[in-house]
Amino acid sequence: MELELTEEQRMLKTAASGFLKKECPPALAWEMREDERGYPPSLWQKMIEMGWTGVMVPETYGGIGGDFMDLCVILEALGEVCAPGPFFSTVVLGGLAVMELGTEAQKEALLSRIATGECIMALAADEEEAWCDASFIKTRGLREAGGYRISGTKFFVENAHVADIILCVVTGPAEGSLSVLLVQGDAPGLRITPLKTLAGERQCEVVFDRVEVKASDVLGEAEKAAPGFDRLLDQAAVAKCAELVGCLQTAFDMTVAYAKEREQFGRPIGSFQAVQHHCADMLIDLDGARFATYQAAWRIAGRMPWSREVAVAKAWTSDVARKVTLKAHQIHGAISFCEEHPLHVFYRKAKSGEVAFGDADFHLERVAGGLGL
Amino acid sequence: MDFSFTAEQERFRREVREYLEREVPPRWKELGYLIWEETDESWDITRQWNRKLGEKGWLALTWPRVYGGQERSHIDQLILDEEMARAGTPTGIETAITIGWVCPTIMLFGTEEQKLRYLPDAAKGRIIFCLGYSEPNAGSDLAAVRTTAVEDGDHYVINGQKVWTTVAHRADYCWLAARTDPDAPKHKGVSMFVVDMKSPGITVKPLINILGFHSFNEVFFDEVRVPKENLVGQKNMGWYQLAVALDFERSGVGTPARMHRTIDRLVAYCRQTRRNGRLLSEDPVIRKKLARLSVEAEVLRLLCYRITWIQEKGKTPNYEASLTKVFASELLDRLANTGMEILGPYGMLDRGSPRAALRGEILRLYLTSPSMGIGGGTSEIQRNIIAMRGLGLPRK
Repeated sequence: MELELTEEQRMLKTAASGFLKKECPPALAWEMREDERGYPPSLWQKMIEMGWTGVMVPETYGGIGGDFMDLCVILEALGEVCAPGPFFSTVVLGGLAVMELGTEAQKEALLSRIATGECIMALAADEEEAWCDASFIKTRGLREAGGYRISGTKFFVENAHVADIILCVVTGPAEGSLSVLLVQGDAPGLRITPLKTLAGERQCEVVFDRVEVKASDVLGEAEKAAPGFDRLLDQAAVAKCAELVGCLQTAFDMTVAYAKEREQFGRPIGSFQAVQHHCADMLIDLDGARFATYQAAWRIAGRMPWSREVAVAKAWTSDVARKVTLKAHQIHGAISFCEEHPLHVFYRKAKSGEVAFGDADFHLERVAGGLGL
Repeated sequence: MDFSFTAEQERFRREVREYLEREVPPRWKELGYLIWEETDESWDITRQWNRKLGEKGWLALTWPRVYGGQERSHIDQLILDEEMARAGTPTGIETAITIGWVCPTIMLFGTEEQKLRYLPDAAKGRIIFCLGYSEPNAGSDLAAVRTTAVEDGDHYVINGQKVWTTVAHRADYCWLAARTDPDAPKHKGVSMFVVDMKSPGITVKPLINILGFHSFNEVFFDEVRVPKENLVGQKNMGWYQLAVALDFERSGVGTPARMHRTIDRLVAYCRQTRRNGRLLSEDPVIRKKLARLSVEAEVLRLLCYRITWIQEKGKTPNYEASLTKVFASELLDRLANTGMEILGPYGMLDRGSPRAALRGEILRLYLTSPSMGIGGGTSEIQRNIIAMRGLGLPRK
């Protein structure tokens, strides 16, 4: 039993947090909501130079060969400042999809491009009637003229507007089967419309209007993607937890610092038990989120059965994300209701993270099934 | 990050599990008593059981050998605690008081002679302490104790009253907080004593708890003479020693293990109980409630593991033990209440009623649960500790 990060992970975390706190204040995420790309390319370039995009890419493909826990360390640092950019959609969703489903040749080709930052990726999975569950996907991938043709509409596709490759999850070609197809970001027939989101993330609606895909652009084997895609969603859920842990840690730290300095009735508000007890409750929630997330990440990194631990982590972290940031607002008082104060960015991020890859209700139902209910 | 146990630790877990499957007295299982439920019969079973564990060296697993321990790791202790809770071994609060609180404090602050006098016997399950902390006007404000200890030759003479003293009517010794300097600021005039409960001048009066059992007492000290050598640690520094002792509490990992057991029983009940046309296990509201409890018990387990891990590193938990206690107490309230909601009218039937669901266990748990956020430092005091000691929030 070793319930802390390794020395190397601690160094990675310190370096990442230090860099981001300097280069990427939380206000940036909010400023970037109106930006055409949604993030400053220079910031993304620096992340690439520090090797973050290759954190889980094997060394033979130009990465640093870390594991899922290393990835979570970087995500936590990104969450601490609500960093904007294509890291999650590219490295987590794209990179892990390739690792879970791709052929050796695809891994070599795509992972090395992810590591070097040449390839921004997006995952097109959710639809009007399908959320976090591939069995309700209706977008069809039909076999046609030596390749595939995709027809359907995908929702909430983060960074589709800047993606070099969009991974489109389709049903087909055979009825009821699942395939993941690699679609070039400029493929004819793609219509991408950015959505206006709560936390400023660049989600898009993506219409695939008879988009053609080469036969070789199936990720892994056609019609066999379902198990790997489920594994991807589980990992994405825990990755989102790691980001949330960072987000909540900052909101909490800001709140405790504020409670120590803000005076009312001639004394710091942090000396009042009502405020102290709010802070204690926030710490219970946050510590729980951290350990539940680490436990799930540890199981994923070790490729141990992880279903229950993932559901526990996302159910708990989703719930406390909202609770912790709401208490942060309460203790900050009116100033935190102003746009100029950064706290609302964390409140927004917490809610969007709560919903992403299944909220508490979604994962509690998984836990219930696991209990034998 | 590594949440796993070594092969050797897993072996120990199997050894413990097999032993407990074989040895837990059937009569104890029949009684189905929870904490605070205690009779002459259950007391005898518990004492016999503790002596048995003591002989095996499992009562004080981590202590130095010279004091009757096995010098085993805190992780082994965690495994043992977890398995004992899972198996539902005979236990009462008195073991936690004696082995978990009092003895570690003696180990830290006592003289070598004091350690050798009490620790090996405690490790063998031969002696039990009760806690002489609370008084009618000193509860959460423990430093306000008024019971006095006045020097008289080679003795101290004790006068005063304690209350809520669990198992005082059965304990061998009282671990007593008494005022030795009436003129000093209240935190700086308290000392700790070991008082033989057979001393002349001690009167124990029963208080019946809300479960209908005699576990509490009032204890009156009238000119009770205690040899000076029974003062433990530094005179007038007792309050500080006592504050440290609160951190000795073990991981508390037995609590989530017991909770998972209760959740499993509720799941089994829901799978075989039909109400208004469907199985309870098909009700989405019930599914969600039980799943949430399971998630929370899992998080509690991890927080308990953290305490063990801190101890294993040779450090003393700071706010972590308080944090775990608050969460565990309030989760127990939720578990008991959810259980009552699920059982509905059957939850109102007590142990012994022909139609009582789960042998009345949930009703008893519901009655037990308010005590958890009160005893051993209230949830409010624990939150104060988290805020001030853990987060450095100001006192004024």
